[in-house]
Amino acid sequence: MTSTMELYQLLPKTNCKECGKNSCMAFAAALMARELTPDDCPPMKNDPKYKENYETVSGMFSTTEGATETGLIVHEELCFGCGNCVVACPVNVANDPYGVGSGKAPKSTGKLILIIEDGIVKAQNVDECRRFGKNKILCTGCIVTCPVEAIEFV
Amino acid sequence: MEGNYYVCTGCGLLCDDIEVELEKDAVSKVYTACRVGVAHMKEGSREAVSQVDGKPAEEAAAIEKAAEILKNAKNPLIFGLGTSTNEAQKKAIELAKKLNATLDDTSSFCLGPVVEALLQEKFNTCTLDDVRHKGDVMIFWGADPSDSHPRHLSKFSYFPRGEQKQRGWEEERTAIAIDIRKSHTAKICGSNFFQIPPGGDTEFINALIDGVSGKLPKTSYKFPPKRLLELANILKGAKFGTIFMGLGLLYSLESLDPIIKLVEVLNEKAKGEFHLIPVVGHYNMRGFNENLFAETGYVNCVKFENGEAKHGPEYSTVEALKAKAVDAALIIGSDPLASLPRSIVKNLLDIPIISIDPCETLTSRKAKVYFSTAVTGVECGGSATRMDGVEVKFDPILEAKRPTDEEILTKIMEAL
Repeated sequence: MTSTMELYQLLPKTNCKECGKNSCMAFAAALMARELTPDDCPPMKNDPKYKENYETVSGMFSTTEGATETGLIVHEELCFGCGNCVVACPVNVANDPYGVGSGKAPKSTGKLILIIEDGIVKAQNVDECRRFGKNKILCTGCIVTCPVEAIEFV
Repeated sequence: MEGNYYVCTGCGLLCDDIEVELEKDAVSKVYTACRVGVAHMKEGSREAVSQVDGKPAEEAAAIEKAAEILKNAKNPLIFGLGTSTNEAQKKAIELAKKLNATLDDTSSFCLGPVVEALLQEKFNTCTLDDVRHKGDVMIFWGADPSDSHPRHLSKFSYFPRGEQKQRGWEEERTAIAIDIRKSHTAKICGSNFFQIPPGGDTEFINALIDGVSGKLPKTSYKFPPKRLLELANILKGAKFGTIFMGLGLLYSLESLDPIIKLVEVLNEKAKGEFHLIPVVGHYNMRGFNENLFAETGYVNCVKFENGEAKHGPEYSTVEALKAKAVDAALIIGSDPLASLPRSIVKNLLDIPIISIDPCETLTSRKAKVYFSTAVTGVECGGSATRMDGVEVKFDPILEAKRPTDEEILTKIMEAL
């Protein structure tokens, strides 16, 4: 996992404030929280001097193939649709307590992260996931409840 | 997405919250069901087929042939019915009475003895909804519902929140697995998995009874007493405990007495109540047991003689075939040629078989007469009894192109 310090080392470290932040360290922290993207740093984006660093930083934030933005990968060949993850996911429970939270079919799929479609779990609305956004935490609700290790985070 | 919910008849859980999308008279998408259910529900938009001697025939001709076989038989066997509706099962019981037939279902080599003890009220039981609302300790013993009933843990027994269990599985529920191997269910139970050697269940039960009663638990295979006492303490602290008994436990026991005693002792020593639910595989096996019990007082292995039912192990499918006591077989929704030992089912090949099944099976291929029937819950409605005894009614999703089991049985009866 990338740290703020690691990101900072790759930035121009000129504290030019062009990104709107007071320092490069603040920009690195904003990057980590996904408030800003590497493109929001004009010197790094445009100056050929930082080209290599820009590509490295961008690479850190692009998602792995097949993974959602939170890094969640569903191994469809392993999943058999038991729905343990759907019922155990704390966000699913909070958003639909009388549907999936009680083990039943979803009452509204609007804000659910995991649903079962054709016997295989499908990830959606990943921005609701506790591993996403400013106050992210390393929640493992869907991993520990899977009997066949069909869910993985990268 | 709130709307029409259908019932999945893929296993003994009878999940009643399945949503489907249709396309060109077939189920194209299934929501909430597990893979077993999806495969089951997507099956079932086939044309009706009736065969005599492996060749397509008119339904009326096939019915006539079937009636002729049954009429000529002195002691026909009626077998299967675990995947038929209650209505079809009652019809089959009627037919067996009329024919003086031997009637049995898969429960005679499955969980029949447990359902029988349950119907005779030899132990405490409860429904799966009770477990969801109140259950705090659940034991999966010789059962692996993660594989056999994929939604067991997520819909009823462990993960969902219920009326008195609002805070979730991490804080309020303890799942325990006792098995001879680390099954998928055991994996979820984590450190509460107790691995015992094959055939070690009786000793383990007795040691556990000792542990719960404050004695030192001992087993000949030297299971660590400390672990056994840990388990005994969890069970003693349970307010609403449930033992989910699978085939693994039943096959290992010589009689049901030890497990019945364990439930009794736990009810005495634990904080709350303890229950036992058999983890029934076929969606309506318990239904058959209950229907036959209501009619005759026995759950399986009966032989009708002039309206009276005789019961005994010699009337089970396996023993009747072994002794070559039956001279024709009407098999409904079951595939004994594929599932029973070769040494026994080879005798089935010597007698005429009538097969009624939604799928083409090894048995249907060897059958003298075969009817392809509707998949229950998809092409036809009806009612069935869930593994915990709750009756579930269901409607068809599609318009059936095939007749139901019940219709075929009625027609055969009329033709007799």
